[in-house]
Amino acid sequence: MNAPSPNAARPLLEVRGLRTVFHSLAGAYAAVDGVDLSIAPGEVVGLVGESGSGKSVTGFSLMRLVDPPGEIVAGEVLFEGRDLLSLPESAMRAIRGDRIAMIFQDPLMTLNPVLTIGEQMIEAVTEHHGVGERAARTRAIEALGQVGIASAAQRLRQYPHEFSGGMRQRVAIATAMLNQPDLIIADEPTTALDVTIQGQILHEMQKLCEASGTALLWITHDLGVVAELADRICVMYSGRIVETGTADDVLDAPRHPYTAGLLGSVPSVNAPGSRLHQIDGTAPPLSARPTGCPFRTRCGNVLPVCAEIDPPLAGPVPGRGWRCHNPMPERDAA
Amino acid sequence: MTLFILRRVIQSVFVLLAVSLVVFFAVYAIGDPVELLVSPDTSAAEREVMIRRLGLDLPIWRQYLVFLGNLAQGDLGTSFVHGVPAVELILQRLPATLELVVLSLVIAVSIGLPLGMIAGLAPETRTARTIMTGSIFGYSLPAFWQGMMLIFVFAVFLNWAPAAGRGDTVSLLGVEVSFLTADGWSHLILPAINLALPNLALVLRLAASGTAEARLQDYVKYARAKGVRRGRIVRRHILRNILVPVVTVIGVEFGSLIAYSTITETVFAWPGMGKLLIDSVYQLDRPVVVAYVMIATFIFVTVNLLVDLAYAMLDPRVELEKGAS
Repeated sequence: MNAPSPNAARPLLEVRGLRTVFHSLAGAYAAVDGVDLSIAPGEVVGLVGESGSGKSVTGFSLMRLVDPPGEIVAGEVLFEGRDLLSLPESAMRAIRGDRIAMIFQDPLMTLNPVLTIGEQMIEAVTEHHGVGERAARTRAIEALGQVGIASAAQRLRQYPHEFSGGMRQRVAIATAMLNQPDLIIADEPTTALDVTIQGQILHEMQKLCEASGTALLWITHDLGVVAELADRICVMYSGRIVETGTADDVLDAPRHPYTAGLLGSVPSVNAPGSRLHQIDGTAPPLSARPTGCPFRTRCGNVLPVCAEIDPPLAGPVPGRGWRCHNPMPERDAA
Repeated sequence: MTLFILRRVIQSVFVLLAVSLVVFFAVYAIGDPVELLVSPDTSAAEREVMIRRLGLDLPIWRQYLVFLGNLAQGDLGTSFVHGVPAVELILQRLPATLELVVLSLVIAVSIGLPLGMIAGLAPETRTARTIMTGSIFGYSLPAFWQGMMLIFVFAVFLNWAPAAGRGDTVSLLGVEVSFLTADGWSHLILPAINLALPNLALVLRLAASGTAEARLQDYVKYARAKGVRRGRIVRRHILRNILVPVVTVIGVEFGSLIAYSTITETVFAWPGMGKLLIDSVYQLDRPVVVAYVMIATFIFVTVNLLVDLAYAMLDPRVELEKGAS
């Protein structure tokens, strides 16, 4: 546990002080408020948080796909040392889908309903590499085979509505793998699916990334999912990362009361028959974030100081930290 | 598919029958053509002969049955005024009208679709607002007024194009057409623009709203996340999605343009079907009016069927077998 985290060597992606705001008539609200994040080559990082915590906006910010009224106003996204935020749009486009791929939440909405699966997969190749359509098609067939879609050649001629939700998400995964990217950002890719399909997709995704050495940023609200998948976990609340560490540390010995609360509400990690915990209240809207620590209004460990000073992210070793004045008692990781 | 087409054809027959009934009785109510056909100094006996020859001595319902009987044999009646079969008269004029309608639709789509997409892609910009404001003139100014203004500016004032007539024609597969001669083009262009303007505005606004909606869809963001270039996103992902409403409108408008071209054809003295209709109404030439409406309806119904078939090609989710009409 005290070994230096693997990303200390040479991170594939390093995010520093990322801040994304949404402009409205009443002012600008930060959906992502100073996020630091680092992903090593081949590493699986889980980014966990409730709806509205800013985790999806973080994902889109890394791809520079934040649409107005949203705007990335500060920070660096260093990908292999290059700051993506200062690249010209054409250079960013060349990276999207090629070096960094993304899988979206709702497979029903993300595939274009009037274009064939084949066209939508092939364009992901031909827009990046000077290969012919035939070569791209062959690669698409291979990729579909890897995610367990039978008779791929015929499937390529079909339209999205001829696929089930799970199948469509497999298509999205195959598409993401087409150019053997260094990093895949997966934004709640299993949330819209049946639980049984969820498990399969999770397993396939893990297998594929491991085989190809692709790093994975898995964005989810479901701690149960990251528990199976992630090497490291970042917990997000109200636009900030409130706790980070290896999966074992965070899951077995959470220090931030919010992480502890989230863990208490996951059925799969609690003893059967025990009562599930529930975090009181709801996440504060961005426009009415409390002073000091944003979690203090829902926190069981709240102290007077919490209303005044927003605690910084701090911890015993690099790669392990939490933002809390009064953390949960230390426990040994199992 | 075959079942779908068959069902639609049967429906169309009923539509045509209903239309024929309405138009036949409506034309009867307009007035007595005999008054216009015979000169005031004709004797009563000659009058009687003429009335009998035209079949106007029978009660209206008998006249209608006779009409239906002839219709079943492909005969839509003979013009009172010209003494030739009404269908022949109309079909002679059909190429002129079709030429005008097709060119006007080409203008409407080739200008309206790109302008609309430009406006829809960046709705907040000044360009977009200018385009959208301009489009309001397209459909809110009356067609006859637009026609007269076009004549006034381009024919009278600037003298760029002639104001009336069809110009030189050449025979293409036995049909006289204007669009293959320079003189024909110069005659064709003003009426075609006149006819195109409302549809240009309509296509433009449809394309703009469709594009504005489509560009915010997840599939566009997903295509961007795949690194697809903007040009391709617009041409494949967005354009394909907005084509269904545009094709619908073009189809429906094709039918109504054939009807509305009456105004343009009258203003520009274009010798098409519409001009013939107006002339025939003035002369109470019943068979021509009835035949015109029947043929216009037939074109309408046929085009609608083609539009439905085009849907299935443009939107793979459309299943023709299940959709009733």
